[in-house]
Amino acid sequence: MHVHRRIMALAIALLAAVSARSQSASQHVPPEPPAKTMPDMPYHEMVTVMEMDDTAPIGMVLLDRLEWRGAAGASAGAWNAHAWYGGDYSKLWFKTEGERARGRTEDARAELAWDRIVARWWSLQLGARQDFGAGPPRSWAAMSVQGLAPQWFDIEATLYVGDGGRTAARLQAQCELLFTQRLILQPDLEANLYGKADPERSLGPGLSDLEFGLRLRYEIWREFAPYIGVSWRRAFGQTAEFKRTDGEGIGDARVVAGVRAWF
Amino acid sequence: MNKYRPSPVDPFNAARRRFVQGASCGVLALAATRTFSQTPATAERQTLSGTQFDLEIGPLAVNFTGQRRLASVVNAQLPAPLLRWREGDTITLRVTNRLPVPSSVHWHGIILPADMDGVPGLSFEGIAPGQTFTYRFQVNQAGTYWYHSHSRFQEQTGLYGPIVIEPRAGERHRVDRDYTVLLSDWSDWNPEHLYATLKRQSDYFNFGKRTVGDFFKDVRQMGLRSTLAERRSWGQMRMTDADLADVSGYAYTYLMNGATPTGNWTGLFRRAEKVRLRFINGSSMSIFDVRIPGLRMTVVATDGQDVEPVIVDEFRIGTAEVYDVMVEPAEERPYTIFAQSLDRSGYARGTLAPHPGLQGQIPALDPRPLLTMADMGMGHDMSEGSAVVGIEGMRDMPGMQHGAMPDVTAATVTHAPSEQTPGVDAQLLQARNSLSDPGVGLRDNGRRVLTYADLHTLGGPIDPRPPQRQIELHLTGHMKRFMWSFDGKKFSEAESLRFAHGERLRIILVNDSMMLHPIHLHGMWSEIESPDGAFQVRKHTFLVQPAQRLSYLITADALGRWAYHCHLLFHMEAGMFREVIVASGPVPAREG
Repeated sequence: MHVHRRIMALAIALLAAVSARSQSASQHVPPEPPAKTMPDMPYHEMVTVMEMDDTAPIGMVLLDRLEWRGAAGASAGAWNAHAWYGGDYSKLWFKTEGERARGRTEDARAELAWDRIVARWWSLQLGARQDFGAGPPRSWAAMSVQGLAPQWFDIEATLYVGDGGRTAARLQAQCELLFTQRLILQPDLEANLYGKADPERSLGPGLSDLEFGLRLRYEIWREFAPYIGVSWRRAFGQTAEFKRTDGEGIGDARVVAGVRAWF
Repeated sequence: MNKYRPSPVDPFNAARRRFVQGASCGVLALAATRTFSQTPATAERQTLSGTQFDLEIGPLAVNFTGQRRLASVVNAQLPAPLLRWREGDTITLRVTNRLPVPSSVHWHGIILPADMDGVPGLSFEGIAPGQTFTYRFQVNQAGTYWYHSHSRFQEQTGLYGPIVIEPRAGERHRVDRDYTVLLSDWSDWNPEHLYATLKRQSDYFNFGKRTVGDFFKDVRQMGLRSTLAERRSWGQMRMTDADLADVSGYAYTYLMNGATPTGNWTGLFRRAEKVRLRFINGSSMSIFDVRIPGLRMTVVATDGQDVEPVIVDEFRIGTAEVYDVMVEPAEERPYTIFAQSLDRSGYARGTLAPHPGLQGQIPALDPRPLLTMADMGMGHDMSEGSAVVGIEGMRDMPGMQHGAMPDVTAATVTHAPSEQTPGVDAQLLQARNSLSDPGVGLRDNGRRVLTYADLHTLGGPIDPRPPQRQIELHLTGHMKRFMWSFDGKKFSEAESLRFAHGERLRIILVNDSMMLHPIHLHGMWSEIESPDGAFQVRKHTFLVQPAQRLSYLITADALGRWAYHCHLLFHMEAGMFREVIVASGPVPAREG
């Protein structure tokens, strides 16, 4: 059978060679069947042999803000970072943010979540949050929707359920305006809401605070960008009352300067 | 030719913003003495011919930008030696792997038995470190081809070389000079890091996004309302019209025959000589637009297949494509071979010159093109309840007259349920059937630009039978998540495509994404059809433009397991890959 095919192929090639000068293209000769066939393998074996794996996990650490905040009274240091690890569909997320002033951590939180992409631009996160810093620590279960809204708004909306029947919600939105390919202005807005008062942490029910920031960064590399900006913050409702009682202002504008870095 | 000259180029100087021009001619062949103790100090390009070949894959220290890096190469050369075969010969290639990791060689575009195709996992086990694999097959075709590693990202680090197969009956076109011109993209970045970076921030290498300044410029030019409407459309889709290349000149130095633009590969000629240039795009992630200012090029073949000669000023060469052109320089002066990347972030450059050491004027890069309405197929589905755009919205979209709309023989598109996945960011409403659009950045540029409609393979199709069935596949992906797939299914999620041995079938590709994809089926020819169903051109790799619907015929005469994928290396890695199984038996049920 194979010999026969080979003879046929040779005959065709010869014919082609003879006629090629007057005729046009060479004739096509189908290939011989393979002498050896690779056995079927399960995907995980296959990717090892192929060295090609579209399920391979990737990780990233983003230090979105590591900044100094200058206020009228005292200055503070603040951080906001996240890290993720996983495949295209599911990832493990870690987020943390907080502020330190006068040598102590004022208000800080850390969250761990499982992230699953659920729509073209959106993912769902389920996880837990731990508050620390001033006041007694609080623990929360968290569910958030994170993604890219039309017009390039990065949105993160989270609902929290805590011990003692506490509930909270948080909405964050940010976008980017490019002055050049490296000079980028990033406005962001954050709102926090609570279901009931938590006097030990000086929080009232309803909208407790709003924060609006404008940060102008220069990406020396994409991975490393120093920035300067301003941040406005205002407390509302009973939260504002608590602040007044503590002798703090209910709102302020602060100059910020810091770096954004990732790897 | 490739003598190393020390260079003062600082890779972090201002030129880097535009792209890394390169230090010098390229290969620094001292290197890797452990494995290449007998390596000659100069890397004169080697041509190997005959029927017996010994190839050795190994590391090589190179310096293209002022930074020393390790490449993976064949016979201590980048590109690998030119292999000259003769049609009809049975050839033996003993390939030894001296790398510390597995390797392979795939003979791109060569029709051969499946176990000789060189794809680890499908054709064979790959070549383990220290091992030799013997490839042996009969060569039954002629023309220009190339070979490259099919293991991991070795193609990105230099493992590619040209193949020229001499026709039994002699060359159709007699020429005085014959050069292979292999274009590639070198990066000092580790390719693993390039890929991971795209996964972390897919627009990392894009330095052409529109800015606040561009906004005000557009407002001045077309008014506030129009500008806002246009920005709103793109914002609705959450895409950018500047998404042309995933990796740009920011990380790449574009090479011509292994020489940087500064290194200036030179092909010699005498006045009035006929010169054949065999262009091969051996890059990993780059599409080039090629021209030789002052010379008209006669395209005589593509992907090794002779075509009716067509005269052009410029042609676009997708990753892994091959074009043979002939030129006849009338003057005794240097002519620049200029290959700018699709996103205009850099170029490969060489010179045709009467004497060594001459160089012609280097043209400026064209303005960076933006994707247009034509590339949108007049509208992607913006879904998620946003009724803003759709076809109507796009039609009203102003500022999209960056080029006349090519003839829109639009076809309404239907989508497989598997495309309804978070891994797909756009779905086409209407596709363009036309082959006569030169594509983004080449429309109405004042030059005669080659299109697929100009290409007519001589001798007609290899198989005159009409197709017995057809498969429709969509080229899908998610730009931001850097996920790529066919029909919304990554390789890991997809069943193999099954072809019945001997069947003639039609594949229709619809590009739902906004990027160009060079699609390559191993083992079998792809015979592209014109929009009216006539035979057009035979290719092994072809570009599918955004919003394009392209149909082609295949004769499934090659038994075995074959790779079918986008030849953008990182798209392949991210899932734009399918296995094709050609087996005896009945024609499988209709798919796709």
